[in-house]
Amino acid sequence: MNRRIAAVAIAGALLASCNGVQNVMGGDGAESANFIRLFTLFMVLCTIMYLIVVAALLAALWRRRRSGLTVDDRRHHQISPIVRPALIAWTALVVTGLTVLTVASFFIDRSNAATASKPAIHMTVTANQWWWDVEYNLPDVSKTLRTANEIHLPVNVPVHVTLKSNDVIHSFWIPNLAGKQDLIPGRLTDVLLLARKTGLYRGQCAEFCGVQHAQMALDVTVESKRDFERWYSAQLATAKPPATPLQRAGYRYFTTRECAACHNISGTPASGQVAPDLTHLASRRSIAAGALPMNKGNLYGWVADPQSQKPGNHMPTVGLEPNELHGLIAYLETLK
Amino acid sequence: MSSLYRNSLALLLAVAALSACEREERQSRGKPLGETVPASVSPDTIFPQTGKLPPLHPRAAAYERNASAIAEGQRLYSWMNCAGCHSHGGGGMGVALMDGKWRYGGRIDQIVASIAEGRPNGMPAWRDRLTEQQMWQIAAYVRTLSGQAPKDAVSARTDEMSGTPPATQTRREPTRPADSDQQ
Repeated sequence: MNRRIAAVAIAGALLASCNGVQNVMGGDGAESANFIRLFTLFMVLCTIMYLIVVAALLAALWRRRRSGLTVDDRRHHQISPIVRPALIAWTALVVTGLTVLTVASFFIDRSNAATASKPAIHMTVTANQWWWDVEYNLPDVSKTLRTANEIHLPVNVPVHVTLKSNDVIHSFWIPNLAGKQDLIPGRLTDVLLLARKTGLYRGQCAEFCGVQHAQMALDVTVESKRDFERWYSAQLATAKPPATPLQRAGYRYFTTRECAACHNISGTPASGQVAPDLTHLASRRSIAAGALPMNKGNLYGWVADPQSQKPGNHMPTVGLEPNELHGLIAYLETLK
Repeated sequence: MSSLYRNSLALLLAVAALSACEREERQSRGKPLGETVPASVSPDTIFPQTGKLPPLHPRAAAYERNASAIAEGQRLYSWMNCAGCHSHGGGGMGVALMDGKWRYGGRIDQIVASIAEGRPNGMPAWRDRLTEQQMWQIAAYVRTLSGQAPKDAVSARTDEMSGTPPATQTRREPTRPADSDQQ
């Protein structure tokens, strides 16, 4: 008995932990909340119908069998008087139920479309194998901001996201906020995000896109409007010049050698466009599209041998000398 | 010998035969690691027709017929804007790469040397801008433009608009020096 109670308690605890950073039932965005409403209605209605069907089936199974028929029996073709009203009620119930579900999903669709009609911020997310290129497109083009693998959203502000892909089909999915939307090479798709609760969430590529599909995540931060604006203006700034001799050595390596061929750091000669923008790398929560938490050790591991951290990714192993590696990490850590 | 016994034996043999199928090696890290200037990437890599060519570089085998290396090379060709001068093989400001004519040699290690060291009249040296693995991958792709790579290793799809048939249908051009038609 005790063991059963313990099992139920554990199951309950497991269910209670279903409110993490990547949760379809989170309901932290307008579309996600709508989805949960619709899901609950469908669940309740379908459960009621299911219970009625099962009850009728059980009743039929348990009903006493009639005595054997004889030729003289004139009553064997008669049906019980309860059948006709029961059938009419059943049909009415089915029609009503389906109508309720249809109308409800129609209204939810309208609600989603209404949110989408007046976006306040436009951004573009471009998927690559296996990272996200993020660009905020303000009406003032001098305030265009490019970052990678993270998005910040102001709470209660509708954000329109244009989705592109550079190589294969990916899918953009922040379960806590909204549904999935595919990113298709050569085509534009879009999604609307309206976050209702501040917090840290996780987006994930939801369409298999190659060996590192599972390690293609997006750090999502929903914050107050003031925090968002502070973050935005900090991100617009160019990178600070290196201060110590070690940082200067790293800066020199970065801007004159392999790194700069692919990576961009605003305010420096490094202006590669095919890999994540590193201007404010050290201010992010993770590196390599959510593959590793951002810290000194992981930066060392990643820069020294990216192919051991995320095999198959498109960053080559450069083969750095130890002093070059120390310099690079010292410099990258200044990119707050 | 029962039929069951015979059938299971045949099945086992088929499985054993399948397991012997050679699987292409995909070396994401590019071995050997940290290798500096290999023999082919030394300043003395131009071999005019009169010179005697050294044997093919041992690393050539790992890249030359390797589908993943060729595909990565194709990606890098576009990322590093090789098309800016060479177009998609047809040439422009830079020489054409699809005609099988090679001013500085058409072997993969010679192409790696040309990429690494740069060549007169505008080809920049990429030695410190690309890793060696990347230069080998680009060279493997460049060879496919004139049909030098086996058709089962090249990509049937190019990412850009092209007036030529895909690499799987490209006719193989004989390798010859660039000035061979100036007679």
